[in-house]
Amino acid sequence: MLLIHCPYCKEDRPELEFSNAGEAHIVRPKDMSDMSDAEFEKMFFIRENPKGVSLERWRHTHGCGRFFNVLRHTVSDKFLKVYEAGEPRPSDEEIAELLK
Amino acid sequence: MRNFNAFNLAREAMRGHKGWGQQWRNPEPKKSYDVIIVGAGGHGLGTAYYLAKEHGMKNIAVLEKGWLGGGNTGRNTTIIRSNYLYDESAGLYNHAVNLWETLSQELNYNVMFSQRGVMMLAHNVHDVQSAQRHIHANRLNGVDNEWLTPQQAKEYCPPLNISKDARYPVMGAALQRRGGVARHDAVAWGYARQASAMGVDIIQNCEVTGINRAPSGEVTGVETTKGTIGAKQVGVVAAGHTSVLMEMAGVQMPLESYPLQALVSEPVKPVFPCVVMSNAVHAYISQSDKGELVIGAGTDSYLSYSQTGSMHILQHTLDAIVELYPMFNRMKMLRTWGGIVDVTPDRSPILSKTPVKGLYVNCGWGTGGFKATPGSAHVFAHTIAKDEPHAINAGFTLERFRNGRLIDEAAAAAVAH
Repeated sequence: MLLIHCPYCKEDRPELEFSNAGEAHIVRPKDMSDMSDAEFEKMFFIRENPKGVSLERWRHTHGCGRFFNVLRHTVSDKFLKVYEAGEPRPSDEEIAELLK
Repeated sequence: MRNFNAFNLAREAMRGHKGWGQQWRNPEPKKSYDVIIVGAGGHGLGTAYYLAKEHGMKNIAVLEKGWLGGGNTGRNTTIIRSNYLYDESAGLYNHAVNLWETLSQELNYNVMFSQRGVMMLAHNVHDVQSAQRHIHANRLNGVDNEWLTPQQAKEYCPPLNISKDARYPVMGAALQRRGGVARHDAVAWGYARQASAMGVDIIQNCEVTGINRAPSGEVTGVETTKGTIGAKQVGVVAAGHTSVLMEMAGVQMPLESYPLQALVSEPVKPVFPCVVMSNAVHAYISQSDKGELVIGAGTDSYLSYSQTGSMHILQHTLDAIVELYPMFNRMKMLRTWGGIVDVTPDRSPILSKTPVKGLYVNCGWGTGGFKATPGSAHVFAHTIAKDEPHAINAGFTLERFRNGRLIDEAAAAAVAH
């Protein structure tokens, strides 16, 4: 089982308290009717599914109940960084630095 | 390749079984092929087999980064059934069951297909309604499925606990008698043996690291750990790693890869006569011919390529198994393992051409691809050979996520995702 650090509770808690909420930093459209089919497909269905660093949302369901973002490596399952929802996406340089 | 028959068996028995030889060749890659299949699991090897057998193509290679049948083909719980809700799915999975019934004869290799029946339990009113809806839909599509009362379910599977005060009371079950299990390794080996005999090169320990394209866009071959290999057509049949491979050709996929776990118990005498699945409490179980209980667990909730999974997932499954079959509460579990499954948004597979000319993809089988192996391979070979889908897989396109014509089997799948 994974130990996950909640950036709001500032504690390491067991995976069972959390739920994964999929890929992070997908911008929801202001007006969906303006989107082309290709744009809708990209937003709604297409996923990075990386073998490497995954940027994803988690929710501390059985804790504070809030969403946050993480960087996690999908081969080792290791959490590289945890940050609050609304913070900008880490730059590629920062991700490369975390992988060292 | 020497055929397995009574005459050869007697002959080999007389001389210490020294003459069987290797079951498939282990060649070095040629400079180029007409078709390259990426991934030597059951679906990939089967595709090569049907390309050679039914479409007269001989210049084919199957590339495999590990050993053949070492991915999800060798890691699943071998359950075969076709009781899916929608017309497209019923067509595809029932095509597979039809092929399973004669596969051992077709391949001259015993795949140990055993139609012992697959029973799916209903534990609450919603389960009962959903199961009966499936039964009616299946029957309209010519797929056998029937409703059993709790007593009938108990007669079909004596270890089942149908007591009214059980934690998961059994309110009935849907039984597909044509369903069952097969020997998963034998499926890969049987296809590999026949494909190799027809001239297909199966190249193991050869990882694809890039997909080459001409300036005009079409596929020209692949980069591998054994060098560049040319090809006019490339079929990607790589399960959990499909997103990684398709990215090499610039195609982004509607897929997510999750670890799915299974486990086996110590072997015991025959006690469990069929396959039983429970969607609601998420446990499925059968007994192998070696005597082990083969138990399927669920997926982890997050993306991973780790080929392992969390302990609490197994614990949850075993909780349910022990509640449903109290007689197993002192069985020891021997081994657990994980495989990486690629899941689509609508939980139906993709067997399709792609926006790249000459590139085809067979993926998205999620938690239940083994059952479809012969059917999937058969129609995917047609898709490559004719450059257009077979009528059976016409709906399983990559474009359906753009045009909205989904085949939404999410509620029909065997396991909660």
